[in-house]
Amino acid sequence: MSQGFEPLLSALNALAGGLFLLSAFGMVATRQVLGCLRFFIAQSLLLAASAFLLGAAPLSAHLIAVGLLTIITKSWLLPWLLRRMVRQEVYTRREITQAVNIPSSLLIALGLVLGAYFLSAPWLPAGAAAGAGFVRINLPIGLAGLLLGAYTLAVRREALPQLLGLLAMENGAFFAGIAVAPGLSLIAELAVAFDVLVLAFVLGVLTRMIHERTGSTEVGRLAALKEEPFR
Amino acid sequence: MILIAILALPLLAAAVCGLSGSERWSPRVTLLAALANLLLAGEVALRAAGGETIVALPHWIAADGLSALIALLITAVGTSAALFSWGYMAHSTQKPRALRLYYVNFNLFLFAMLAVPLLAEPNLVWIAVELTTLFSVLLVSFADTHDALEAAWKYAVLTLSGAAIALFGFLLLFWAWQTAGGGPYSWATLRAAAGAMPPRLLQAAFLLILVGFGAKVGLVPLHTWLPDAHSQAPTPVCALLSGVETSAVLYVILRLLPLLGPASQGRAWALAFGLLSAGVASFLLLRVRDYKRLFAFSTVEQMGIVLAAAGLGSGAASYAALLQIVAHALGKSFCFYAAGSAALLSGTTEIAGVRGLLRSSPLGGIALLLGGLTIAGAPPLALFLSEFSILKAGLSGGQYLAVALLTLFIAVAFFGILRHILPMVFGKPLPQSVNRKLPRSVVLTLLLAALPLFVLGVYLPEQLSALLRVAAAALTHLAR
Repeated sequence: MSQGFEPLLSALNALAGGLFLLSAFGMVATRQVLGCLRFFIAQSLLLAASAFLLGAAPLSAHLIAVGLLTIITKSWLLPWLLRRMVRQEVYTRREITQAVNIPSSLLIALGLVLGAYFLSAPWLPAGAAAGAGFVRINLPIGLAGLLLGAYTLAVRREALPQLLGLLAMENGAFFAGIAVAPGLSLIAELAVAFDVLVLAFVLGVLTRMIHERTGSTEVGRLAALKEEPFR
Repeated sequence: MILIAILALPLLAAAVCGLSGSERWSPRVTLLAALANLLLAGEVALRAAGGETIVALPHWIAADGLSALIALLITAVGTSAALFSWGYMAHSTQKPRALRLYYVNFNLFLFAMLAVPLLAEPNLVWIAVELTTLFSVLLVSFADTHDALEAAWKYAVLTLSGAAIALFGFLLLFWAWQTAGGGPYSWATLRAAAGAMPPRLLQAAFLLILVGFGAKVGLVPLHTWLPDAHSQAPTPVCALLSGVETSAVLYVILRLLPLLGPASQGRAWALAFGLLSAGVASFLLLRVRDYKRLFAFSTVEQMGIVLAAAGLGSGAASYAALLQIVAHALGKSFCFYAAGSAALLSGTTEIAGVRGLLRSSPLGGIALLLGGLTIAGAPPLALFLSEFSILKAGLSGGQYLAVALLTLFIAVAFFGILRHILPMVFGKPLPQSVNRKLPRSVVLTLLLAALPLFVLGVYLPEQLSALLRVAAAALTHLAR
């Protein structure tokens, strides 16, 4: 039975992958903090969708559990936690001064995606081993997600988009992970879910402290610590 | 059981510190738990030195020689840092709530660091490394000043994004492992199956983890956060961050080296990365203005030396690299205790603000001088012996270029460190120095932490060298 469904699942998974990548682009390009959070939630839901599709045939309770865990922690608990910890006015803020303007940012992001495809090409399995089709979709897109998250981190100057870029990097790693390492122990998955929440909590506290101390969450402006230049 | 006790004690201490009504108990409970853990880790190390692997939960929690060595160092520096905190932190803050949170985080941080060597499942080790960052971020930001917050944010963002890159590597590693047959997943089974795993995946995984966790070890070019965080944190935390946290993460990279076969480029990368870090840091040392930053840059240099030594590849070089980890953990933590004392005495961490410390406080002056000499690698102190062994191992392996570069960097760092330290100790005292008395626990820490620096410079106890031999054997590739 599972044989007949595989092309359909594969196609749907490719769609989820495409949208996953699109949401990563969205995080690079939106100026508003709230928009960035929305794109992150969408990305997490697409990660979960891909886990469900991968776990559908042959049926894998493990991957379904991973998908559910992702939805609960990343698209529900995490935004709730961040909303509680960081003041509302931060979310409506718009970043006017990004390090790189948005059109060139998108071009660089495009370059990163191409780079991810070339980089991951030698790792891809040859032939038609079980699950190889999924790996061919998820591995390059996951790597691209990782790189785009890192790029978001590098160009954004506000605290929350940087935090979301960090989490997007992890999303990218897991997007590849659900395909290449589906046998990961459930203990590890649970620990990761816990870890994501601790991360959001700690950086949320830190963001609040920065806000109270400097009157702004623009962490890109924090640049007092450095060495004396050579004379 | 003993391993579970080692992991449980800091958690218990954190709970007691968090829940108890009175702040007076926090430093005592923390010190007591750290001391008990030191004894337990010593017992584990003694058993591991005999070649035994101590197992608590098969494939989940286990300690061989290498793990026991790192755990022992963490508990040793944890104990001295807890003792130092007692007197020092009471001077740093008047707010009881902040102090309580400090001790809760301190114990959680110790727990996360101990989990890194004692967990045997690599994916869980990744989480433990991530937790070491998360539990220490709020320690770095403890002072709640503009600078401390900047340092904490950079620390969190750079090391956590490094961890995400390493995560990709760990997932590839797990994939390679499953391709080779799978089964129970642990460092030991992974090493036994190394020959059967696809080399291309293995190399990619290694490189991603080297770069990702390299950010946390402080390897150039991702070292930029390290001098900030390691100088802004409260001094006992600096001792933990610089002395053992970096080594605990480097331990994970070392665990991967034996997976790579002789045909792989992995060791060459490790050597190149190590040399680059040692070189850049030794020159950056020359132009610091803050003496805590001076010691932090020296950590980057030392980690580079250890990684380069491990990259040399021979058994003697692995042994010397581990000896260097031991000497650095003890020496660098002592440096920060001396720096913290100097800061208490003078009220500043600017190099230019401290002059003639020896005259205003003989103990503080001698401690700073000893710290500087130790970490610069002067004979007959602990780091001289280990750096000498590394150079000797490189020479007997015929890696002359690497040895020449290492010698140059060590010499530059030696000059750089002493150029800053000597005037601080001997110069003419400044008129406006504060001159406070050092708290008793600080004095006691300085005396106790100085002992091993002298001992390890001239004499290596038989049990320790047995442990180092067992641990170094874990770094060699198993031929199939």
